[in-house]
Parts: sequence; structure tokens; C-alpha cells
Amino acid sequence: MTFAVQFLIDVLSLGGAYALMALGLVIVYGILRLVNFAYGELIMVAGYTMFLMNGSGAPWLIMALVAVAMAVAAGIATDYVAFRPVRAKSVTAVLITSFAFSTLLQNAALLFISPRPRPVPLPEIFSQTVTILGAVTPLRNLITIAAAVILLALFAWMMRSTVLGIAMRAAATNFTMARMLGVPANLIISSAFAISGFLGGVVGILWIGRIGTVVPGIGLEPLLVAFIATVIGGMRSMQGAVIGGFLLALIDTTLNYTLPQDLLKFRDAFTFSLVILILLWRPDGLIKGPASGQRT
Amino acid sequence: MLEVSDLGVRYGAIRAVHDVSLQAGKGELIAILGANGAGKSSTLKCIAGALKASAGTIRLDGQDVTSAKPEQMVRLGVAMVPETRDVFPDLTVSENLTLGSYIHRRNRADVESTRERMLGLFPRLRERARQAAGTLSGGEQQMLVIARALMSRPKLLLLDEPSLGLAPVVVDTIFEMIAELKRSGLTIVLVEQNAAKALSVADRAYVMRLGRIAAKGPAAEIAANTDLGALYLGG
Ligand SMILES: Nc1ncnc2c1ncn2[C@@H]1O[C@H](COP(=O)(O)OP(=O)(O)OP(=O)(O)O)[C@@H](O)[C@H]1O
Ligand SMILES: [Mg+2]
Repeated sequence: MTFAVQFLIDVLSLGGAYALMALGLVIVYGILRLVNFAYGELIMVAGYTMFLMNGSGAPWLIMALVAVAMAVAAGIATDYVAFRPVRAKSVTAVLITSFAFSTLLQNAALLFISPRPRPVPLPEIFSQTVTILGAVTPLRNLITIAAAVILLALFAWMMRSTVLGIAMRAAATNFTMARMLGVPANLIISSAFAISGFLGGVVGILWIGRIGTVVPGIGLEPLLVAFIATVIGGMRSMQGAVIGGFLLALIDTTLNYTLPQDLLKFRDAFTFSLVILILLWRPDGLIKGPASGQRT
Repeated sequence: MLEVSDLGVRYGAIRAVHDVSLQAGKGELIAILGANGAGKSSTLKCIAGALKASAGTIRLDGQDVTSAKPEQMVRLGVAMVPETRDVFPDLTVSENLTLGSYIHRRNRADVESTRERMLGLFPRLRERARQAAGTLSGGEQQMLVIARALMSRPKLLLLDEPSLGLAPVVVDTIFEMIAELKRSGLTIVLVEQNAAKALSVADRAYVMRLGRIAAKGPAAEIAANTDLGALYLGG
């Protein structure tokens, strides 16, 4: 029983983080059909914002809010700097500019802050543990689960019940038709980047909360995780991204529990092998995306 | 209301439309006829702002809108129903209609009264309001895209082949609708291959061939001209 509870909490907290990461990537991909390679740097921006405000004396929650706001700003900046100028020209150009923007942000952190890990402020409760049905678990795992539930519910509500959400779903299937109904292209794209930044910022704080430090390369793993989760779930589907995130967490956690100590460092190799098997079985991912769709 | 002069459209090196000039006065219904590939859809898309003109000008109530974006055209009162019948398949019928009124979204009461009018006009859509639009029949999808376009309360409606692939009974219903819309004072540009049907509701008609206007005139005159029928309209 204790073991089952422990396992469940581990899967749900890791899965919640993965699902939010994946959703942040797929919201932009769904609309532009382009992977934002600078996505991981949104998490880096949130982390360094926390580091820079360390010692400012502000309450932690305020620092966290500012960090999320900075990630949103960085998301919108990605659109203006890397996407908008070349969006209409070619896919390759956007891939290169988003990669370049990612490198630029990372190098700025290297140059102006430090290549070495920098501490981020963490609230007391992040290091506390609780006992549930005999299982001892860090409180931040439960916070991550709660944050994921709230954000996923909020996101689902927004996409179903607001005009902007409906317009974003429409734009993901047929951008030109959405525009011919009066939906402004730039507003939809900027909103997608803002939501991406919001999800990246929140998940960044939770993610960095596990380690307590931020480095310039912090965004690589979340980008990879988000990418793999969306590939498993189906690049075109938001539900797919969430399911893919939880599935990847299930695979990772199971391997963590079952692999012998000396094989644990090869965990990613096992994970990827499983991902390949899933893709051989379902080449388009588990969930099919909206029917049609062309790039704009 | 609408004034197109010397319009040109090209796809890379291919010139699809040359020197097309046409007008539609307020409350008028003009038809654009012609065989496959004549450039009818290209002309219409260009008016809707979905394609860039390579030459010429488009004016709406005297205002130059040649390089306006599609979303701007909607705000200026132009609604487009493309021939590809692009419903958003994963959205419900009701959500599709909601998007049609995007530009009026801040005025909830207005949107609801327009929606009521549309559902009154197309009772089939009311029965299927919660259904995914992709599961509608072809005829129902055509009704949905027309109703969706009307949700923006346009003054100019661009209709691209509304009868395409529909059963004769449904085609009759659609054309009755079009006649009804015209009587309500809406200006309409109707692109059709079904020349007889289109000419029965149109005031005037333009016949396109190989990207150019080959003939134009009052609908009755075009309909009576047997040469034209044989040459460009396929009988
Ligand atoms: N996206 C495109 N790229 C290249 N050429 C195109 C494109 N769209 C249309 N064309 C070409 O432009 C010409 C006019 O096409 P258009 O669709 O305007 O004709 P149409 O009169 O609407 O024909 P139909 O009755 O078959 O719909 C055709 O020769 C077509 O091949
Ligand atoms: Mg056509």
C-alpha cells in the first residue's frame, strides 16, 4: 500500500510537470506547425529571474509571480524576434531563428551571470515532507500535482468556453479560414506564445524547485521532455500532449523503481527504446490531431 | 459598393487572373461564371483579402482595400464562403457559429440575437448545435458555412460554388436562401458553375475564361446568349 501510494505520487507529480511542459510546446506547434526551440529558455528565464530577485526581500510568491511574468514576456518576445519577421518566408528560416534565439538567451546567461549553478530562493514548504498512508513524500510533489490539476483545468476551460480559446482551436485546424472570419492572426499567435510562456514559467519554478539551482543549460531537458511527450501523444493534439506527458512520467518512474542501481544511468536509453516502440505501433502518436490543417 | 479594376493574381510564375474589372452595386447580386480553372475562386479570394493582388485595385465603398488582410475585410463588412466548405470539423456547430461573430464578440446580446436568426433560417443547424461540424452532411455543412459567414452581419457576401456536390433538392434550398438574402438587401457576389441556377437569381453576370472576363451583361441577356453557353458554360 505504502509503496503504491509512493509510486502514484511520483508518477502524478512528474507527469503533471511533463504534461505542462508538453502543453506549452504544443500550443504554439498546433497553430504554427513549428517547434519553438527557444521553449526551454522560458524556463531558464523564470529561474534566473528568481535568482536575481534573491535577497530583494520580496515575499516568495511575489518573486514567483514576477518570474512567471518574465517567462510570458520572453515567450511573446520569441514571437516578435524569431517568428514574426520570417514566419511567412520559410519553415527552415524559423527553425534557425528560434534556435538562434535560444542560443542567444543561453549565452546571455553565460556571459552576464555565470556558467556555474546559481541558487534560487525556495519557500519553506518546498523542503518539507508529509506522510500519506505511510508514504513519506516531499510536499513540493503534492504542490506540483495541485498546480498541474489547476492549470490543466483552467486551460481546458479557456479552450472550450472563451471566444479566444475557440478561435485558437479553430486556428489550429485552418488558420486561413479563421482569419476569413475576422480572427486576427497576430493576436492568436501572440496569445499562443503568451500561454506557452505562462506554462513554461510555472513549470520552470516547480522544476527548478527540485534542484534549487539554475544553470544556462537548464532548458534543454524540459524541451526534450516536452518534445518526446508531444511526439508520443501526437504533435497535433493538446489532449495528446497531456497524455504523453503522464505516460512518459510513468515510463521514467517505473524504470527508476525497477532498474538495478548500475543500470540506472542508462535509464534514458530504456525510455527512448520504449518511445520508439510506441511510435512503431502508432507512428502519428496516440491521439490524432484535428483533421486538416495547413501552415500559415 | 464593390469596385474591382484591372485585377491580376499570380501563383509564382503562373498568372491565374488578368485585368479583371467588375462592380457590384448596393443590394445587387452578381454572378461570376466560367469553366474549371477560369480564375473565379482566385478572384473571389483576392477580394476577401486571402490572396494578394499582383495588379489592379479593389475598392469597397470608395475605400482602397487592395492590400487589406482577411481579418480587416471582415471588419469592413465582407464575409467569404470558400468553395472548400471549410467548417472547423472538431468544433461543434454552435462553436463554428460563435467564431462567425468574432468581430461582435463583445456584444453578447447582439451575437445571441443573430444566432437565433440564423438558427431560425436553418432549423437543421439548431437540431445539431452540439454536434461536431465534421459529422454533418455536405448540405448541412454548406448551410453552416453560409450561416457562419452571416454571423458577422456583412454588407457584402462572397459565395464560392455553394451548389458544388449537393443533391438537386438541397441545391434548390440553397438558392432559395440566396434569393431570400438578396431580398433582405445584402450585396452578393456568387461564383457558380451551375450557370442556369446562378442566372435565375442574379441581376448581372460576368463570364470568365482563362483568367479574363470574356463576357458580361444582365443575367437575362447572358442566359439568352446561346453562343456563350456553348463556348464557356458547358451547354
Ligand atoms: N494555390 C495555387 N497554386 C498554383 N496555381 C493555382 C493555385 N490555385 C489556383 N491555381 C491555378 O489558377 C487557375 C485558376 O484557379 P481558380 O481556382 O481560380 O479557378 P476556378 O475558376 O475557381 O475553377 P473551379 O471552377 O474549378 O473552382 C487554375 O489554372 C489553377 O490551376
Ligand atoms: Mg473555384
